[in-house]
Amino acid sequence: MAVDSYKWLPPSLKVYFANMQIEKPASIPWTPLAKPLSEARIALVTTAGINVRGVEPPFDYEREQREPNWGDPSFRRLPRDLRQDQVQTGHLHINNQDIDRDFNVAIPISRMIELEAAGIIGSLAATNFSFMGYQPDTSEWTSKYAPEAARLMKDEGVDAVVLTPV
Amino acid sequence: MNALARTFEAEGLSTVIINIMPVWGERYGSPRTLGVEFPFGHTCGLPGDAALQTRVLRAALDVLAGSAGPPPVVVDFPEPWPGDFDEWKKAWHPLEPSPIVRWAREQAELRRQQREGG
Repeated sequence: MAVDSYKWLPPSLKVYFANMQIEKPASIPWTPLAKPLSEARIALVTTAGINVRGVEPPFDYEREQREPNWGDPSFRRLPRDLRQDQVQTGHLHINNQDIDRDFNVAIPISRMIELEAAGIIGSLAATNFSFMGYQPDTSEWTSKYAPEAARLMKDEGVDAVVLTPV
Repeated sequence: MNALARTFEAEGLSTVIINIMPVWGERYGSPRTLGVEFPFGHTCGLPGDAALQTRVLRAALDVLAGSAGPPPVVVDFPEPWPGDFDEWKKAWHPLEPSPIVRWAREQAELRRQQREGG
């Protein structure tokens, strides 16, 4: 089946997104996976805007309430032994109730640990990441926060990243 | 999210995005995308449905490891959403309108009042 990217949007947003003018990128970066999956260390990165309660602060949703054209560009760390009761949600553009029940719908840490045990992947990274996906301006992602997260992942020997925008 | 993937890939990490709107993978030039026709907030499936979550993840890992390029690589996950469309097109929305939606509605109301006042 062919996936309809606009299926779940209200009609007005469907038209808005379909007609949005986007400059075609001059080039697309390409890094082939350098080793078999069964030897690769993989990190998960979601944009669900979640944090570990009591360990790192929530995303700055209060500022977004005051400045609707701003979204917190920073990231939070999510350990591979993340427990459901530690997960703090707050993304203002989705219904977070199912992530509060089972974070794997947004960041499938438990499933990756099972695939690691089965030998399908080499390992899940010790540290995984959450960003917050509402970013009217992505310049701080590309100039600061994404390179910083990439450096942290490479320091942990990560080969590849599975990204799960919500 | 496409900006994150492009940056990670340029830094030497292989990436795959599991994307509810795979059209952005093509338009923004993301290296590898698995499209899923799932409601927002449910990129990997339903809560508690480990089998579906695993099938999505395995499909994404196949794209990660099995694509020779050239980018942008966009592959569709073959399974439809297991829930009812009319229910879920409403259920994924936040309980309160987001700040930008609230602001847009306020602006529309102001314009309406100005038109009627003028």
